[in-house]
Amino acid sequence: MTGCEALVIGGSAGSLEVLLKALPVLDVTLTFPIIIVIHRKHGADSLLPDLLSSRTRLRVKEIDEKEAIIAGTIYIAPSDYHLLIEQNRTFSLDYSEKINYSRPAIDVTFQTAAEVYKNKLACLLLSGSNADGVNGLKTVKRWGGLALIQDPDSAQVAYMPAQAKLHVEIDEILSIENIGEFINSLK
Amino acid sequence: MDIGAINDEQVELLLSDLLEHHGYDFTGYSKASLKRRITRLYGLDKALSFAEFRYKIINDNSYFKRFVEQITVNVTEMFRDPAFFKTLRDDVLPALGTYPFIRIWLAGCSTGEEAYSISIILKELNLLHKSLIYATDLNPVVLEKAAQGMFAMSQMKQYSENYIASGGTKDFSTYYTANYSLAKFNEELKSKMIFSTHNLVSDHSFNEFQLILCRNVLIYFDRDLQHQVLDLFNESLEELGYLALGTKETIDFSNIAKYYKRVPANKIWRKIK
Repeated sequence: MTGCEALVIGGSAGSLEVLLKALPVLDVTLTFPIIIVIHRKHGADSLLPDLLSSRTRLRVKEIDEKEAIIAGTIYIAPSDYHLLIEQNRTFSLDYSEKINYSRPAIDVTFQTAAEVYKNKLACLLLSGSNADGVNGLKTVKRWGGLALIQDPDSAQVAYMPAQAKLHVEIDEILSIENIGEFINSLK
Repeated sequence: MDIGAINDEQVELLLSDLLEHHGYDFTGYSKASLKRRITRLYGLDKALSFAEFRYKIINDNSYFKRFVEQITVNVTEMFRDPAFFKTLRDDVLPALGTYPFIRIWLAGCSTGEEAYSISIILKELNLLHKSLIYATDLNPVVLEKAAQGMFAMSQMKQYSENYIASGGTKDFSTYYTANYSLAKFNEELKSKMIFSTHNLVSDHSFNEFQLILCRNVLIYFDRDLQHQVLDLFNESLEELGYLALGTKETIDFSNIAKYYKRVPANKIWRKIK
């Protein structure tokens, strides 16, 4: 992909360890933002950004609503809100019904990001135990973006990437070891 | 959900229809969320075409009501964010308790879960008799539900846990009677509530309050509208009164920030001049 303008990563059970392995590999000169949507328990807010920022020299922050999206930053979705991307490339939050039993739902962020970044978007779905993210990846494909999954065989919980593999035409299937380098190759 | 069913231009058309034909101004709302809600409703109601959908919103008043109810987010719970309600219980309401009379505005109250939560705390602090809670929403349908004070029984376990985590010490089930699948909250709790429609976008200040709560409403507005609504709250708040927002909302970057001092560790600000 050329001219990547955003990477959105969605994950659930078993995805944290993947991020902890991939983040140290990332170039500090990353030319696009990384937006991370992880299912987690409401109230455990402050720990995740700290944990992830200990693994990278890139700026890591939990998202504030209406915040402008800046390249070279790793953004973490807050717990218990859906995360949406606006056409003016800011974040907005939404406390509507859970989707796939989840809030944030990966589908919502993938879908709204697809409409904004179109064929300049890459979305990566990691380990997890429900089908969240699958519909989102379909939308990403429809807008010409790149659909990526963690290799289900390497996933702690294979269901989520396996569902995506089953229902979506996936561009790249990545082992845990290759994720960091692949992200660096997106320019 | 087929996210491509409604495009940005069609959203803009509907928003100008709403303003022109019904006087409801949604143009300052965050677009991504609004578009999702509209697309969802379009799919749910299986409109034959966009033209038919649009025609019904303009001309069919009962469908227009449904449209407004469905495109606004009305999800809420009792004692959501228990730490917030603990601060209300331990600090904010006791400070206001020294006043002869407490006027509270709950803006964007939706189906009323927060109004009943506040009422329970006021009662336990022995302040309910001298308080008034003005619970407003732009949407008359949710206000009718709020006034009934009936919530799903299936939620009571969660609400009871929230209540205890927020510092409540009573048996939560004494506040309602079970009626099949619904929990009917005690009449006393709503004796000091006034329900009224109020649109934060277009309606003006209507009273002066010591406490204004507006939690998880501003997230649906763009920055300009947020600032406009914060000005409205500032006009409506007495000196030394409190303004409470949602966990991810802030008055930072707004014109009114300089008049307020934040209550530490909470999204609560006190008006200092």
